[in-house]
Amino acid sequence: MRLSPCGSGFSRDVLGMLRQKASRLKPLPQGSLLRLLLVILFAFTGTLHAQAIEPMPFANHAQELRFQHLTHELRCPMCQNETLADSNAPIARDLRNQIFKMMQQGKTDDEIKQYLVARYSKFVLYDPPLTRGTWLLWFGPLLILLGGAGVVLVAIRKRGRMPANGSSGPRPSIDNGDDW
Amino acid sequence: MSRLLPFIGFMLLAALFGFGIWWNTQHDPNAIPTPLLDKPAPAFNLPKLYEPTQTVSKADLLGKPYLLNVFASWCIECGVEHPVLQAEGPTLGVQLVGYNYKDAPADAKRWLAEHGSPYAVVIADEPGQTAIDFGVYGAPESFLIDARGVIRYKHIGPLTPEVVAKELKPAIAALRKETP
Repeated sequence: MRLSPCGSGFSRDVLGMLRQKASRLKPLPQGSLLRLLLVILFAFTGTLHAQAIEPMPFANHAQELRFQHLTHELRCPMCQNETLADSNAPIARDLRNQIFKMMQQGKTDDEIKQYLVARYSKFVLYDPPLTRGTWLLWFGPLLILLGGAGVVLVAIRKRGRMPANGSSGPRPSIDNGDDW
Repeated sequence: MSRLLPFIGFMLLAALFGFGIWWNTQHDPNAIPTPLLDKPAPAFNLPKLYEPTQTVSKADLLGKPYLLNVFASWCIECGVEHPVLQAEGPTLGVQLVGYNYKDAPADAKRWLAEHGSPYAVVIADEPGQTAIDFGVYGAPESFLIDARGVIRYKHIGPLTPEVVAKELKPAIAALRKETP
């Protein structure tokens, strides 16, 4: 692993994770200490995000929003768990400047993504396109879910058939160790 | 048999995790495969570090294979790689071209004066713009470029004696076979 000037990448990640967790825990007991802590956390993430991006002379607000959206969809090749928008790595700054320049030249989002993929591979896309190389990534979880459903179905069928066998006497056969 | 099923399931999972651990020790999980492999190196025209008024272009270096080594004085792992380049450089049989990446020329010169220079020529990319075309995202990185200007091998991270022996030297030997 290369030591890299990733800035405060790690702490920002931890904060980001906490923030995500926090948003899942929405219904908090009123006036709790936890809520206070979360307010402090939110305040922190705000300032940290603001640090990562230096002001750029956007033509208008729409272009700025487009830039924000695009850089949040692209991954920093150096600090690999950060987006280009969040990363403080020198390469992220250079790539942000490059994206900005290309936007001024009237390049579309797709053209900009193509430009980066040609140099840094599909790795930089946070939303990988569906190709032969990524179908397992897209459908793997579904396959596992289907596999699990299959196992459950077989187990239920088996158990359903047991009493119908009409075996007389005690029926130890039901508890055949299947109930894991 | 059905009693064994959970155990088999456990063993499959254990094997999968074991494979994951093994796989991650076999390669650098942070290295991004370059899409530029076996493609012509991007055109460049960069000033020499020691004579900034003179430039070196891709065309200037055609005709002989060379190893383009991206380094910087701020790069900690370049210090790890440097002794290897010093020791192995003369035995490689290809020219070493230093690519000073995002570095102040004074710092780069001081660094080379201190550690010694294994390079036949050093080119400087202080803004880091050309490096984007090469898909460079940090230092050190090394590109083996053949006589026709095609990138034949890339290594991300420091070249170690193992990498030189197992990857770089065979790649150079392969070049020599096709152009006697």
